Amino acid sequence: MLSIKNLAVTFQTRKGPVEAVRDVNLKLAKAETLGIVGESGSGKSVTSYALMRILDAGGSITAGDISYSNIDLRNASSKSMQDIRGREISMIFQNPRAALNPIRKVGLQIEDVLRRHSRATRYDAKEKAIKALESVQIKNAESRYDAYPFELSGGMCQRVVIAIALACDPKVLIADEPTTGLDITTQKTVMDLIKQLSAERNMSSILITHDLGLAAQYCDRIVVMKDGALVEEGNPAQLFHHAQHEYTQKLVAATPRKGVTIRELLPKNMQLEEPERPAIGAPLLEVKNLVKTYKGKSGPVHAVKDISFTVKKGASVALVGESGCGKSTTSSMIARLLDPTSGEILFDGQNLAQLSAKSFAKNDLRKDIQMVFQDATDSLNPRFSAQDCIEEPLRHLTDLNRGSRRFKVDELADLVGLPKTLLSRYPHQLSGGQKARVGIARAIAVDPKLLILDEPTAALDVSIQAIVLNLLADLRAELGMSYLFVSHDLHVVQLLCDEVIVMKDGQIVEQGLTADVMQTPKSDYTKSLLEAAPSISNLITNNTPNPRKGEFA
Amino acid sequence: MSGRFQTIAMRIAQALPVVMGVVVVSFILTRALPGDPAVYFAGQSATDESIQQVREALGLDKSLPQQFFIYLGDLLRGDLGQSLSTGQPVISDLARRLPASLELTLTALVLACSVAIPLGVMAAKKPGSLQDHICRVFVTAGVSLPTFFTGILLVYIFYYLIGIAPSPLGRLDFLYIEPDHITGFYLIDSALVGDWETFFGALKQLVLPAITLALFTMAPIARMTRAAMLTALSSDFIRTAKAAGLTNSKVLYGYAFRNALLPVITTLGMVFSFMLGANVLVEKVFAWPGIGSYAVEALVSSDYAAVQGFVLTMAILFVLLNLIIDISYSLIDPRIGFEAQS
Repeated sequence: MLSIKNLAVTFQTRKGPVEAVRDVNLKLAKAETLGIVGESGSGKSVTSYALMRILDAGGSITAGDISYSNIDLRNASSKSMQDIRGREISMIFQNPRAALNPIRKVGLQIEDVLRRHSRATRYDAKEKAIKALESVQIKNAESRYDAYPFELSGGMCQRVVIAIALACDPKVLIADEPTTGLDITTQKTVMDLIKQLSAERNMSSILITHDLGLAAQYCDRIVVMKDGALVEEGNPAQLFHHAQHEYTQKLVAATPRKGVTIRELLPKNMQLEEPERPAIGAPLLEVKNLVKTYKGKSGPVHAVKDISFTVKKGASVALVGESGCGKSTTSSMIARLLDPTSGEILFDGQNLAQLSAKSFAKNDLRKDIQMVFQDATDSLNPRFSAQDCIEEPLRHLTDLNRGSRRFKVDELADLVGLPKTLLSRYPHQLSGGQKARVGIARAIAVDPKLLILDEPTAALDVSIQAIVLNLLADLRAELGMSYLFVSHDLHVVQLLCDEVIVMKDGQIVEQGLTADVMQTPKSDYTKSLLEAAPSISNLITNNTPNPRKGEFA
Repeated sequence: MSGRFQTIAMRIAQALPVVMGVVVVSFILTRALPGDPAVYFAGQSATDESIQQVREALGLDKSLPQQFFIYLGDLLRGDLGQSLSTGQPVISDLARRLPASLELTLTALVLACSVAIPLGVMAAKKPGSLQDHICRVFVTAGVSLPTFFTGILLVYIFYYLIGIAPSPLGRLDFLYIEPDHITGFYLIDSALVGDWETFFGALKQLVLPAITLALFTMAPIARMTRAAMLTALSSDFIRTAKAAGLTNSKVLYGYAFRNALLPVITTLGMVFSFMLGANVLVEKVFAWPGIGSYAVEALVSSDYAAVQGFVLTMAILFVLLNLIIDISYSLIDPRIGFEAQS
């Protein structure tokens, strides 16, 4: 139905042409779901943009053929491409809220597409737009018609994006990381919806994702891309059990899943012995009846409602929940960046809740509680070199002189595995993994007792995530720190943490040893979180042979 | 909707302290300026006695606080005082001259927008292209030439050499009769009564000064349009619109342009307020009886009442302008809750 032959895409950059995609061959059969899996920069999105002919400025198709039902898409006029887009081939994107026009009612955005492809007239467009909203299972579609994207949740926005894409009954749907940025339970509902709608309409679809588990769960056939080229192709079970290519094996291994240890995420040659951890000691941090209430426009907002937990010396505790559950608010209060409304934060027996967040930077205890932030890029000052970034806390929180600070920075760089030659570089000159190392080095520079990790690997590719998680495990053993690991992903935290606290709506719904929570979750919410997470292990356990095999499998 | 009116009332109330401050500062500043209006107006051959008489007549012999409260009392009654140089009440001077300035500035702004915004959009469509460079050269040239120079140049070419423009002497050639005062805008007033002869007469006078001003203000508008359009065009939702097969013009104008409007409107507001107060040079070159030249003359002759009246008028205008900008923001962008700000 759709075929791509020897596709090559080149981008003109200031440093000369860069080949983003080379020699890619793909075929998509009717009603088939094809997964394109790869890490950032693998060219998986560029491939789909090329076939839609919506490449960004500077990008052009330099070789190959793209044909759809005997139409040559590469050489089609831009006018006929406009007719094909949206009517024959549609696309949905990551970050659904940004993918919608922020100042146009969602209903009108659907109408635009309907009327563009003559599926509706001025008179029945509204009615049809509401039908399109209903078809993606939006409740109160009639009132949602008048909503602006900022008034809808992320999952709701993605449904609208899907409604726009499917409004004109296309034959092919391309989903480019459709669930990145969505909560795990929302991810499941969105993916299930896409699957159901594709089946109902007998539509072919391409799922582009970095998440092997997601691809395995929803695709009939998967291709793996690396550095702009296809490296392997096959049906999910085959690919994950008997991956042929080294890179696929590495990706499969690096994907967090049930029943693996943190070392097993790494390629075999990097799997060193796990270092001995110091014994877990007396309680270091005790949180008692912590409450945070914000003043909202319509009454108070209870972000954190009366939670209590303990982190022992040398132990690692995970704080897990979906967006809006209060986990970040809690970690900010413990890091003393935010004042609690009430409750106690006992750190080494001292109540930190009484010290105001404003003055805490001058307190001696500031050194003992440090944070590693979510976005490695945004949390580094773009005008500071790696050296300056790591040195910054030493300058403010210790009385080391210039020379000994330099020495300490070198030591820290060694500790986190950052080559010293990179220390003079600025954040934009570093890779994602290297920036994560800088962030970690900065946090441990002042020898904290408690390290708060706020989704430290959320923005990283799986293979880098595996390395960073292992680095964190090594550092913990070496330095004897306690971790408070804030994350939305149970499968990631189980690798590193001794205990898990599951939060929902500002409350703790479950709390216990990691193994217990993972294997025999008590609360329904934890169960739904575990179930919603796609994972390769699910595929392996309920391994039903796939009925529809890909032609090239 | 009642909430919106409430907010507008609230906003105006919030502006009162600003206006109060302007009243105080303008009063003190005019008094602090060197120069004695009594000496100035008593004339060359004045004796000490006649100067003293003038001073008493003007109320300048009283102490500053006393003068201030008298001024304040007059102000509350809507009396801005008497201009010494024109001999007219300041309020009637302003009522005559402000529309002249507004008419010129607004026309220039409309002219500037109608050229600069399409230029900016065109440049943003293909950054680095020939159109982009032409746009840049054009607007840079416009802003680099001082207005009095472009003004004189235009007069030289179109009045002196070609002779298609009328003599640059004010708002209306003496052949025409001033239209009845309705809004004070000659174009509108003459159009309202259907006096097309006067309308075209006024229009002819307006064209050259308006072009002069417009040339100068195109640069910031075009630049901001280009930058805002570039940002809008690289947004994710533009990609969605393209992927849905929407036509280029729909994507460009229906989606990108409306999103680019906010910064453009901010720039427009800034440019407008800047132009209104600062187009003295253009008014001088074209003998335009505007508010800018009035203020400069008043300042030179230490005409306290006129200067204070001018500053106060401008302050009120700016408050209204900001209000209009805020309201248009909330009309364009639903995310900006106008009501929420109070």
